[in-house]
Amino acid sequence: MTIWGKLQTRIRSRGSDRLFDTVNYLFAALLLVIILYPLYFIIISSFSDPSAVSTGKVWLRPVGFTMEGYQALLEHEKLWIGYRNTLIYTMLGTAFGLLVNVAAAYALSRKDLVLRGPLMVLFVIPMFFSGGLIPIFMTVKQFGLYNNFWVMIVPFAVSSYNVIVARTFFESNIPPDLWDAAQIDGCGNLRFFFTIVLPLSKAILSVLALWIAVGHWNSYFNALIYLRDDQLMPLQIILRNILVTNQMQSAMGTGEHVQIALRKAALIRYSSIIVSTLPIMCFYPFVQKYFNQGVMIGAVKG
Amino acid sequence: MSNSLSDRSPGQRSRSVWHSISKNAGLYLLLAPALVLLLLFAYKPMYGVIIAFKNYRNSLGILGSPWMDPWYANFTKFFNSFQFENTVRNTLRLSLYSLLAGFPLPILLALAVNQMRAQRFKRLFQTVTYLPHFISTVVMVGLIMIFLSPGSGLIGQAYRLFGAEAPNLMGNASAFSHIYVWTDIWQHAGWDSIIYLAALSSIDPTLYEAATVDGASRLQRIRHIDLPLLLPTAAILLVLRAGNIMNVGFEKVYLMQNNLNASTSEIISTYTYKIGIISAQYNYSTAINLFNTSINLALLLLVNLMTRRINDSGLF
Repeated sequence: MTIWGKLQTRIRSRGSDRLFDTVNYLFAALLLVIILYPLYFIIISSFSDPSAVSTGKVWLRPVGFTMEGYQALLEHEKLWIGYRNTLIYTMLGTAFGLLVNVAAAYALSRKDLVLRGPLMVLFVIPMFFSGGLIPIFMTVKQFGLYNNFWVMIVPFAVSSYNVIVARTFFESNIPPDLWDAAQIDGCGNLRFFFTIVLPLSKAILSVLALWIAVGHWNSYFNALIYLRDDQLMPLQIILRNILVTNQMQSAMGTGEHVQIALRKAALIRYSSIIVSTLPIMCFYPFVQKYFNQGVMIGAVKG
Repeated sequence: MSNSLSDRSPGQRSRSVWHSISKNAGLYLLLAPALVLLLLFAYKPMYGVIIAFKNYRNSLGILGSPWMDPWYANFTKFFNSFQFENTVRNTLRLSLYSLLAGFPLPILLALAVNQMRAQRFKRLFQTVTYLPHFISTVVMVGLIMIFLSPGSGLIGQAYRLFGAEAPNLMGNASAFSHIYVWTDIWQHAGWDSIIYLAALSSIDPTLYEAATVDGASRLQRIRHIDLPLLLPTAAILLVLRAGNIMNVGFEKVYLMQNNLNASTSEIISTYTYKIGIISAQYNYSTAINLFNTSINLALLLLVNLMTRRINDSGLF
């Protein structure tokens, strides 16, 4: 048998599967590089001399190792104010949002809720129709929430999508018999929800908490529209000034003055990305196991 | 108990409804906060939409302000402005491009992951591909600018390697949609594949066993088992996205905009923001927004009708 013939039979039998595996793993490895390299580049650049970065000397490991970028960041007062604000918004906003959405979802999951159908419709409509930017803006202003700390936490806490996902979870995971039994023992709705339903729903609570928390941490739209005060600004607004607006301004003009400003801007560009993204990246592996489950629950509704 | 309900007099019936409400007072207490927030910050603004037809003055309030003459004047103003064609075209270009380029890749990713037998590699791969989804839009646009900067970015270096001058891609109007769409795919394709993976994991393993016994190769199993079973999920997602075609996210586009790419990067949502918040033309901005929302709603209903025809089961 010729080599060609052997090869052909190998390919035809298990060989074709082996070829498939090779191609598949190569494809996957290539994707890993495409995703990881930009992130890796930011990390090594944050430890490198800015002039080495800008002349393209940095691409595999830090060049002219320095912590200057992080030192410059320490002196960036606004960034730390933003950091503090975002921490507070995220913690309060996640606690409040989780409670409000899950409580409503549980009530809507109960078949004995009078007007359950119409109430459900009331929750679904805003997913498809909204008053739009300006009417919402006017409402917020009218309630005195413009440039107010609480605008970041209260008005937009309800997410119909989250309510539906949680409701679906309760419907399929909290058997009605449980409520019947609790009722016989004299347990009221509120106590039942807090002491029995919530402890049984850790999976959905973790997924929703992650979604809400990431949303708060990463959001800049509401702050852009509703906040004016520097003291109230969240991290993402400060980051926008460092990463996006600054770069455009620095593209214009030359001279020594500009050079110093440019160097400073370049210094904190990379370190600010690391410092602002690190908390989520640390948090993420712990919740990852719930992802598939969470998306599945969401998909059931479709 | 429930079938005796119809025998009762209306008074008794309403009393029993009240009984069931008061018995479940706790449930309404749980529902109340979300309901109040929805009414105040979702439904009240829906009523505010009528300023699209009014010459709104702050001092007169929504009801007191005079109607536009004719009542649709804000809409004709938009349809006749040069920004109408521009923003609609740009919005459609971005969303259709995202849909066409971004839709197949998550499916491909899910199929690839599903075939991986090395469990540790599989987990690593999933962890890494989901990761970019959690990067904030601001940081994402920051990354794009860093990498595409002609002076110092990686693109610039690559060009210099071949002795060429790097183009300023962020300032190039015709590059905008490509940059927007492909960076979006980079960021979200992994995350979007989760739903297909979930669908694949629910496939009955005996199907694979039977196919293997019959001598089906891996590719054939994908072709004849995986793909057909993913089709319903894909169809539903496609429909959902088609119903959202006029909705292009504000955040990323707004951050990526500059004077040089404005001709392709101005979309309806960014224009609404500029007219409404920055130049404070409340009724005009509301009208543009309402136009957008209405088209979306119409598309959604149409698409839902179509799926009901095909599938026998619409989305809602």
